[in-house]
Amino acid sequence: MSIKSLEDLRKIKADSQLQTKARKNNDTQVIIGMGTCGIAAGAREVMTAVLEELAKRNLNNVSVLQTGCIGMCQKEPLMDIVRPGEDRVTYGPVYPADVPRIIAEHLVNGNIVEDLVVAKIPNKE
Amino acid sequence: MALVRAHILICTGTGCTASGAKDVLAKFEVELKAKKLRDEVSLVETGCHGFCEEGPLVIIYPEGTFYTRVKPEDVAEIVEEHILKGRVVTRLLFKEPLTAEQVPNYDEIAFYKKQHRLVLKNCGHINPDSIEEYIGADGYEGPAKVLLEMTPGQVVEEMKKTGLRGRGGGGFPTGMKWMFCAKSPGPKKYVICNADEGDPGAFMDRSLLEGDPHAILEGMAICAYAIGADEGYIYCRAEYPLAIKRLKQAITQAEEAGLLGEKILGTDFNFTIHIKEGAGAFVCGEETALMASIEGKRGMPRPRPPFPAVKGLWEKPSNINNVETFANVPYIFRVGAEEYAKLGTEKSKGTKVFALTGKINNTGLAEVPMGITMREIIFDIGGGIMGGKKFKAVQIGGPSGGCIPEQLLDTPVDYDSLIAAGAMMGSGGLVVMDEDTCMVDVAKFFLNFTQSESCGKCTPCREGTKRMLEMLTAITEGKGKDGDIEKLERLAKSIKAGALCALGQTAPNPILSTLRYFRDEYEAHIYEKRCPAGVCTALIGYKITDKCVGCGLCKKVCPVDAISGEPKGKHTIDPDKCIKCGACMEKCPFKAIIRG
Repeated sequence: MSIKSLEDLRKIKADSQLQTKARKNNDTQVIIGMGTCGIAAGAREVMTAVLEELAKRNLNNVSVLQTGCIGMCQKEPLMDIVRPGEDRVTYGPVYPADVPRIIAEHLVNGNIVEDLVVAKIPNKE
Repeated sequence: MALVRAHILICTGTGCTASGAKDVLAKFEVELKAKKLRDEVSLVETGCHGFCEEGPLVIIYPEGTFYTRVKPEDVAEIVEEHILKGRVVTRLLFKEPLTAEQVPNYDEIAFYKKQHRLVLKNCGHINPDSIEEYIGADGYEGPAKVLLEMTPGQVVEEMKKTGLRGRGGGGFPTGMKWMFCAKSPGPKKYVICNADEGDPGAFMDRSLLEGDPHAILEGMAICAYAIGADEGYIYCRAEYPLAIKRLKQAITQAEEAGLLGEKILGTDFNFTIHIKEGAGAFVCGEETALMASIEGKRGMPRPRPPFPAVKGLWEKPSNINNVETFANVPYIFRVGAEEYAKLGTEKSKGTKVFALTGKINNTGLAEVPMGITMREIIFDIGGGIMGGKKFKAVQIGGPSGGCIPEQLLDTPVDYDSLIAAGAMMGSGGLVVMDEDTCMVDVAKFFLNFTQSESCGKCTPCREGTKRMLEMLTAITEGKGKDGDIEKLERLAKSIKAGALCALGQTAPNPILSTLRYFRDEYEAHIYEKRCPAGVCTALIGYKITDKCVGCGLCKKVCPVDAISGEPKGKHTIDPDKCIKCGACMEKCPFKAIIRG
């Protein structure tokens, strides 16, 4: 690494900020049900798929969070997508193969993938 | 490679390392690998959060969950519950000492909420061993702006506009200091960073050096450009091995990146930094003694003038500032002098870091804007006095400072108000004392420190501190005589006027300030042979009152068999045998034993 100008410095700064992005909570979130039921149904594999997909698309401003059992165990693995200012949408059952579609359609483009929706939680704001 | 979804930040500052942070770190590594989570979770070592009392500290992002007192045994549970399943491990959350309420998030803890962290912004939040993380947190923007857009003269002017005053103790305006050195003629000049932190109870400089070493280098580089220096020294005490290790690492990284060394950022500005390890003499924190020590001479002060700005290190013009002062510089050149000067009071600008120690609930570092009251620092941030006891006084400024009693708790904390109250800002060590503290004993403690640390060069300090200590010792042993207080006052004033350096000139401060606010305690020791706080063993005794039911517990715990009595009858203490350990009073279930 050699910094010869302000541009060099800004470039390193931008790279470094990408690395530490996960140190704050973003408004855009993917939430995966990680209760015993979720894990048994394969939530871990779903999470891995989410992380790979986000990395592939360079989506650094998304927080990946977990939640516990919400009582709808037969629909696990459950995955929620939260976009700022919009309704929170719960999808299930979600398998790793569905992940790229949900991320591309809903998280990125804002179109809800209706055939996998379990519930919509209205945005209170 | 998968996206990193979570960061685990583990404090490996000196405090947390001492309470076992390295074992916690190693355990996280093992557990994350075992659960196949290592690729998606990043494990980061950080510097000090300033909340060492609650260490080892672990913060987990993105949630920002703050775990305290984490032990290696807890790690498996954190990984299984929090990292895998997303459930907070509530038993490890911080509990507010006053409300016993559990607080999950860092930002919501009262200790941090009232603080205004500019200088400590990065401490605990970035990896101090990574220059990339520092740059990511706006690091090295100052030198870039300064070198490419400003002349040295403009830098000095900007510094003067901030109103920043030296954070090492004296409170001299930093901009003026830089101006004097910039005006001194000569091709060779030096920048020196005083990292010889020696006040009992002060550890803000150590935390800064360990947690954000690049900020100090950045501040020094800006100063070097302003005054026209090409070489710098950091004088750091050898008792800070971690600080020295991280500084060395930071210097190497900055040199490799071209931010230190020759032709910095492609300009003609060259600047190299050396580290000099000090041997831990308190007097070497005095600037002329410090420079003598760098030169390889015995660390002793010399009379000023000539000031270092004219004749400093190796007789060349030198500018010397404290660690915290340099740590303010990057922020100043990022936001500008006007923005900086908005914080604080009219004559004391910016923030100050205080080290809270003593009988206080939240021991740690607190950075607050100048002008906040002492009460806010001790009760709102510090969480009040341990064990629900009564506040008595706070010693500020270490052995050179003074005590502030309860009636002055609402004094604003700034350079001038503190001096008016008979104390001084000093480096910002705050030792909080409760009702069980004897003020004569406190004065003796600090005098004992300055007396052992006196270098011996000038008579007022060498002889004066020794005589004052002898008198204080006599008073606490019940051998005080009428007229001792007046003698102490006279001696204190002559030392203040006659000593060569600040160490000697300020050595009597603890005596003068305790005499000013707690004269009655001195009088009780001398005339009534009584220690009101019950600390000075020669002046206390224990008595058994009529409340005694003759249970015999005291007799059992007495280590010297000084207590006699029949079962169910009133017991008595033999004062000749009693060593005044107080064990009987602590044990008595009927509160029948009193001190007196």
